[in-house]
Amino acid sequence: MESGLKDHAELAAIFNKDENRVDWHDETLWWVRQKRDKMAHGLPGWEALREAASQIKDNVLSNLNEYLQQFEVNAQANGIIVHWAADAKEHNEIVLELLLKNGIRKMVKSKSMLTEECHLNEYLEQQGIDVIDSDLGERIVQLAKEPPSHIVLPCIHKKKEEIGDLFHIHLGTPAGNADPQLLTEAARQHLREVFLTRKAALTGVNFAVAETGEFVVCTNEGNADMGAHLADIHIASMGIEKIIPQRKHLGVFLRLLARSATGQPITTYSSHFVKPRDGQQMHIIIVDNGRSIQLGREDFRNSLKCIRCGACMNTCPVYRRSGGHSYHTAIAGPIGAILAPNLDMEKYADLPFASTLCGSCSNVCPVKIDIHQQLYKWRQVIVQKGYTTTAKKASMKLMAFTLSSPAAYHTGGKVGRWVLKHAPFAVNNKFNPWFKQRDMPEPPEQSFGEWYNENRKK
Amino acid sequence: MSSRDKILSAVAASQPRLSLLPDLDILKGGEINVVEKFTEVLTAIGGKVINIARLDEVTAYIEMNTAAGQRVVNLLSDSLGMRAPQADIKDLPHTLDNIELAVLQADMGIAENGAIWLNENRLGQRVTPFICQHLVVIMDKSNIVPTMHHAYEKIGDEKYGFATFIAGPSKTADIEQSLVLGAHGSRSMTVFLRIFKQAELVKLFQNYLAKTKVAIILTLVYMSVFC
Repeated sequence: MESGLKDHAELAAIFNKDENRVDWHDETLWWVRQKRDKMAHGLPGWEALREAASQIKDNVLSNLNEYLQQFEVNAQANGIIVHWAADAKEHNEIVLELLLKNGIRKMVKSKSMLTEECHLNEYLEQQGIDVIDSDLGERIVQLAKEPPSHIVLPCIHKKKEEIGDLFHIHLGTPAGNADPQLLTEAARQHLREVFLTRKAALTGVNFAVAETGEFVVCTNEGNADMGAHLADIHIASMGIEKIIPQRKHLGVFLRLLARSATGQPITTYSSHFVKPRDGQQMHIIIVDNGRSIQLGREDFRNSLKCIRCGACMNTCPVYRRSGGHSYHTAIAGPIGAILAPNLDMEKYADLPFASTLCGSCSNVCPVKIDIHQQLYKWRQVIVQKGYTTTAKKASMKLMAFTLSSPAAYHTGGKVGRWVLKHAPFAVNNKFNPWFKQRDMPEPPEQSFGEWYNENRKK
Repeated sequence: MSSRDKILSAVAASQPRLSLLPDLDILKGGEINVVEKFTEVLTAIGGKVINIARLDEVTAYIEMNTAAGQRVVNLLSDSLGMRAPQADIKDLPHTLDNIELAVLQADMGIAENGAIWLNENRLGQRVTPFICQHLVVIMDKSNIVPTMHHAYEKIGDEKYGFATFIAGPSKTADIEQSLVLGAHGSRSMTVFLRIFKQAELVKLFQNYLAKTKVAIILTLVYMSVFC
């Protein structure tokens, strides 16, 4: 997971070495974005639906204390055991304790970005617990010993040939076979055995309903259900922001989620868990891990409205061309770049700068988070707190000085034009980061200001 | 202070001023042909829709699509040919791993996304519709609603320990975005939409008449005794 001390730009440079792969990544995610558009444009009242979802989530954040308690009471009345974890460490310890208490050393898990955020797998493995991820994409990155690079499409950075090689080594598929149908079938057989033998299953939570104490888990593969309905213990991990007020509000979010994520009308399975089945234990771990701090940041709190559809990633020109791993955090892309600085401002100081601020993310967001505006605001906070690099600080200062002094501005422009014309080697070299992937522009003969002064009297 | 209290008080201290919930009624949209839409959407996402008048047609479908010796589970309240209804499955859910085909009754379908709603009391075991290789669902046409808003209105405060929407066969596109049907759940989903055939309506009407006749005779007897 840890990518050392490299920042987004350096990690993106690694991803960019394979130009064909970058092109494929870029085009494939754009294709997913287009599928989303087709769904959004084909559904009457899409904008009203987004607005309703946004308002419901605003209400949730404004009444979260009440809803959390209401959810707890109702879930407990349904026979679910509710745990609270202030941070990642406490969450992981609760999971471990539940497993050990029941003498379980092997667990199957379906997709949960929260457990990625908490680094649960690493923690449990250190404690001698065997964890198997059951979502196909997550299983692939787990076998490759990598983190997911996308919250909905975990192995979108991988080519099928690499997956074929991994499956050949780990699951015994024929060498050199990269047929998605064959590989998926091999995973189905392998994981069915896992589902049938694991005593504990951990799932994420898409929505938790305060009014009824039930929670909803959405998958296309059916892996969350296969795990949960066959295990003696079902553990569901959720962030405090997953609460929604009433059952009927599920209608709004289930209409938006899959359409925004992959352009499907709904995920194949939207399962509503209310009570444990006879003889089963059901646990919910409600996790804060910095969310209550983000709730208190007026400019950034509505990042907590996120329903994890990934639409902002698929549309982002920077994400599509730099890959999820360049964000060096569990949740990549624009939404990750506004969530991560809340957890560690210094470590993730580079992320809000990994954006063109084009605003496409905010336009596709199903709950109307002002993502690009928050990216811009994080930049200001990060600079004020002094978390930017020395080079960036110096160049910002130089830029501020130049833009505030007409004399410096005009002289600078002249010098620039002269250098580009007479000494291009001074800028066309590897020390100029702008030159890395681009040609420098043709220098104009004069600036607009000079041209205007000459021509205004004519 | 416990983590619970710490979290709750931090949330209370940070949450903004109370904002109002929106009205959802405006989201329902206009009239649509629900059967047509349901069929179109479910077919597009890899499911199959077959219109039937009688359950015999489902029996014929099962005979054609399963081999002798393969396990078929009938969870309807009616028999399917020689297959008696199996109201309850008491065994461990793991023993359902060899189900080739399961037949379930659904009480609601949603036109806009091709999903069907299954309360666990229709499933025998919760895992049934996921663990079977092929899923067959019987539903009355009159039970299709236009949108998810209508669906939750109908669900209301329905009681269940577990319930699920299922829309088509299980699927994945995790390998280079190539769509593959049959990830971990059922490899196919076939929905039989049932309508009452004319003959059945006539039969229903005759039953009604027969009952009414009895009522008239009883009334006459009553009158002759007491008047």
